[in-house]
Amino acid sequence: MSGRLELWLFVLQRMSAMVLAPLVLVHLGTMIYAVQGGLSAAEMLSRTQSQVIWPVMYGIFIVAVAIHGAIGLRAIIREMTPLLDTTASAIAVLFCLLVLILGFNAVEAIA
Amino acid sequence: MSILAAHRNHPTYWAFLLHRLSGLALAVFLPVHLYVLSMAIGDGAQLDAFLDWTQQPLVKLAEVVLVVLLALHMAGGLRLLAIEFLPWRDSQKTFAACAGAFAIGAGILYFLNLV
Repeated sequence: MSGRLELWLFVLQRMSAMVLAPLVLVHLGTMIYAVQGGLSAAEMLSRTQSQVIWPVMYGIFIVAVAIHGAIGLRAIIREMTPLLDTTASAIAVLFCLLVLILGFNAVEAIA
Repeated sequence: MSILAAHRNHPTYWAFLLHRLSGLALAVFLPVHLYVLSMAIGDGAQLDAFLDWTQQPLVKLAEVVLVVLLALHMAGGLRLLAIEFLPWRDSQKTFAACAGAFAIGAGILYFLNLV
């Protein structure tokens, strides 16, 4: 693997982490608040459809977590398993695509 | 010689290991989470049927564990960003402890609101 690719992945991993940190904080707060009295689809949809900021926030969340998770998985596979680098990269790309597809389906469902 | 090399038996090594393990667990959980959320499409009846299933004590316990793992991964990640991008400080063990405390705190708050 080229050093330039590794450098870009390092930068992307940190940049996506900086985007994710405040979003995760909001997500944790929302979960702790929303779980009171039990969850229901109607309650969840009334919240996520009340303001356009929610689907926008979750859309950004999906892109950032697809990048962050894929690079993290690749690093774990490369450093902690005997699998080849190309296999690790392929798994990372598949993970990224899976999260993007499932993620935007979910955002569409709650928007 | 102990199974765990001495240089690894250190709070910041455990912080590193927990960051990897929590990240891995979250990566495995995420596609399932997103798939379940997509059940909200339409009137949400399918999602409500799934939410009924989540009322089981073991599922609730798994939810609390996932909240702790998410909080731990975020706080541990901020610790890493601080190490990489801010001037060095000699309180690395304190940062690791703060990350752990934040995660446990988030888990307790979630648990108290869940039950």
